[in-house]
Amino acid sequence: MKKKYFINANIIDPHNSLNENGGLIVGENGKIEGIGKKVNTNNIPSREKFIDLKEKYIFPGLVDMRVFVGEPGYEYKENFKTLSIAALSGGVTSVVTMPNTDPVIDNVSIVDFLKRRGRDKSKINIYPTASLTKNTEGTNMTEFGLLQNKGIIAFTDGTKTIQNTRIMTRIMNSASDLDSLIMQHAEDCELAKNGMINDGIISTKLGLQGIPEIAELVIIERDLTLLESIMCRYHISQISSAKSVNIIKKRKEKVKFTCGVSINNLSLNENDIGDFRTFLKLSPPLRTEDDRIGLVKGLSDGTIDVIVSDHKPEDEEQKRLTFAQAQTGASGIETLLALSLELFHNGSIKLETIIQSLTSNPAKILKIDKGNLSVGNDADFCIVDLNKPWIIKQENLYSKSKNTPIENKKLQGKVTNTFVKGEELFKLQ
Amino acid sequence: MAIKTNKAIKISQKHLLGIQDLSINDVNIILNEAGKFIELNRSKNKKLDILKGKTQINLFFEPSTRTQSSFDLAGKRLGADVMSMNITNSAIKKGETLIDTAMTLNAMHPDIIVIRHQDSGACNLLSQKVNCAVLNAGDGRREHPTQALLDALTIINRKKKIEGLRIAICGDILHSRVARSNIFLLNMLGAEVNIVAPSNLMPKDIEKLGVNIFSNMKKGINNCDIVMMLRLQNERMTSSFLSSNREYYEYYGLTPDKLDSAKQDALIMHPGPMNRGIEIDTKLADDINKSVIKEQVELGVAVRMACLKIFCK
Repeated sequence: MKKKYFINANIIDPHNSLNENGGLIVGENGKIEGIGKKVNTNNIPSREKFIDLKEKYIFPGLVDMRVFVGEPGYEYKENFKTLSIAALSGGVTSVVTMPNTDPVIDNVSIVDFLKRRGRDKSKINIYPTASLTKNTEGTNMTEFGLLQNKGIIAFTDGTKTIQNTRIMTRIMNSASDLDSLIMQHAEDCELAKNGMINDGIISTKLGLQGIPEIAELVIIERDLTLLESIMCRYHISQISSAKSVNIIKKRKEKVKFTCGVSINNLSLNENDIGDFRTFLKLSPPLRTEDDRIGLVKGLSDGTIDVIVSDHKPEDEEQKRLTFAQAQTGASGIETLLALSLELFHNGSIKLETIIQSLTSNPAKILKIDKGNLSVGNDADFCIVDLNKPWIIKQENLYSKSKNTPIENKKLQGKVTNTFVKGEELFKLQ
Repeated sequence: MAIKTNKAIKISQKHLLGIQDLSINDVNIILNEAGKFIELNRSKNKKLDILKGKTQINLFFEPSTRTQSSFDLAGKRLGADVMSMNITNSAIKKGETLIDTAMTLNAMHPDIIVIRHQDSGACNLLSQKVNCAVLNAGDGRREHPTQALLDALTIINRKKKIEGLRIAICGDILHSRVARSNIFLLNMLGAEVNIVAPSNLMPKDIEKLGVNIFSNMKKGINNCDIVMMLRLQNERMTSSFLSSNREYYEYYGLTPDKLDSAKQDALIMHPGPMNRGIEIDTKLADDINKSVIKEQVELGVAVRMACLKIFCK
């Protein structure tokens, strides 16, 4: 690989507290050799060609902590290859995949298959999770230790919650012993039973069974109470309500844990469901505008640590049904960054905070050396035209499934190039 | 009877999916038309040819006696060719989706489809996929617009107006599409609406629709002109909402004692089918001085004739 020189870029690398105009040197080995304002035309050898980025932005490659891939079992929704292409077009270079496949990722033998497929078919960094319990049934723990040794990055039942408090206690104890990261989808299944959207005036008007916010609150409160006596690496996958933000803010003063939010809950509210738009049937559900504002504030003040895409590809057949019958989830990895940038453009959140919650924060939680532009590290990064306007169109999506919740939305800011280990794997046409 | 197709009827909607979509003008057009059919239905020759040559398909995914027969009769009295399809749950499980069913039927060129479905919003989905008008005969717990319209017509017939009346809707509000449609319609027509239900059967934030909410029945029907009872929908109950039917009757069943707190000339309504001795005292239900339950059924045919006539293009 030829050495590459980029100059005149606005570089944001929260991990190294870098926010300045400068350049980036990618070595022949695909590692970062130099970064920052000291990289400029004055110290690049005259024989070398350099690329002037004309003040476009360089961000570390995004780390998306919540992604569903259809392998194994649902390849028709998304496979590693299509996921990889979709991710790269959105500036995402590392993903954490959910274990809700068929079969469920709950034993060592499947992990080998997964690692091999991920390596052979995708060009991004795949970090698979395994389930917390066998077949995500919430009863018998999986082998955290052995799975971890095989390369499992974290444990979660993905779309399901550990309901049984005794099991949760045991999971936390094991995670504590083995230094495992556990990620909880916080929703009391009895309170959320048959629920489809936020419980409130919209659900009452549409006649749809609601999911009350307390379904989320009781699980968060329970888990954090347990965490006070059993310290372990605990992460709440996604929160959806302003009340959850308040609880988490208070609890963080006493006990150490992290939490995430889906870009959908940061950008949309329950009113967007309109006339039964099944593409907005999500879990956790979209809630009120006050909740959305609460989440934005929570991200801004550091209560919420990461933004995830909650990328859940579903084929059209699963969405062309009545609201009750339609599958839950939205495609989102391609629009994660652009939609996040909307929060910067409209003045809600600082750009550094957004990039931090998409790069260095998730990497820190996962304990991986990604999401930064440190010298000597893999050159995983994206180049972004921060002001470029574009419109989301299903037909332009790279993902195998086209269930975007923001069809026809006007966005500002587009990834023009994405690099993994110094190799340019995406270039905007 | 001199009832002819009136080309000048201007309704704002292509379909009748819910009261929520209608303007007050639309409602008045429908009620006005329906009023004209009441006499016809009581006369010896009930047959008209307004919808001659038109095809009406009744698509019922949920069991129904009165609504289906009412739509059936309404279409036939207007001269339409009526086909009723009862699609039981087992047939759906064979795999055909609602959209596929819609496309199949659409290929047969119907002029109007009447649909009842267990999922809220099913009629909206159907309306997006077919070329003809869609009439909602009940979707999940969302809306049942013709029921609300026939209730309004019944009230107007007896009380000569709706504006200014105090109307209590009592019972299983959570699972009731009749309640939702009636709240929208009666509010629109200027009534004061009280909702009476145990907290477990009260939908979240329903007061935001502009109604007063009560968990005490006597207080809720106090000084009311109309007491509308709803059926306890056991088939929609997924978990225990109530301790027992007898306790429900004790606190929320309409009994002569509780009815005393309503106005002296208060009318009792019920969309049927009734659970006698659970939500309503059996004698009260049959009391011809107070109960207008049979009249509701009668006027239901007139309202559905009006809707078919207006929406069938």
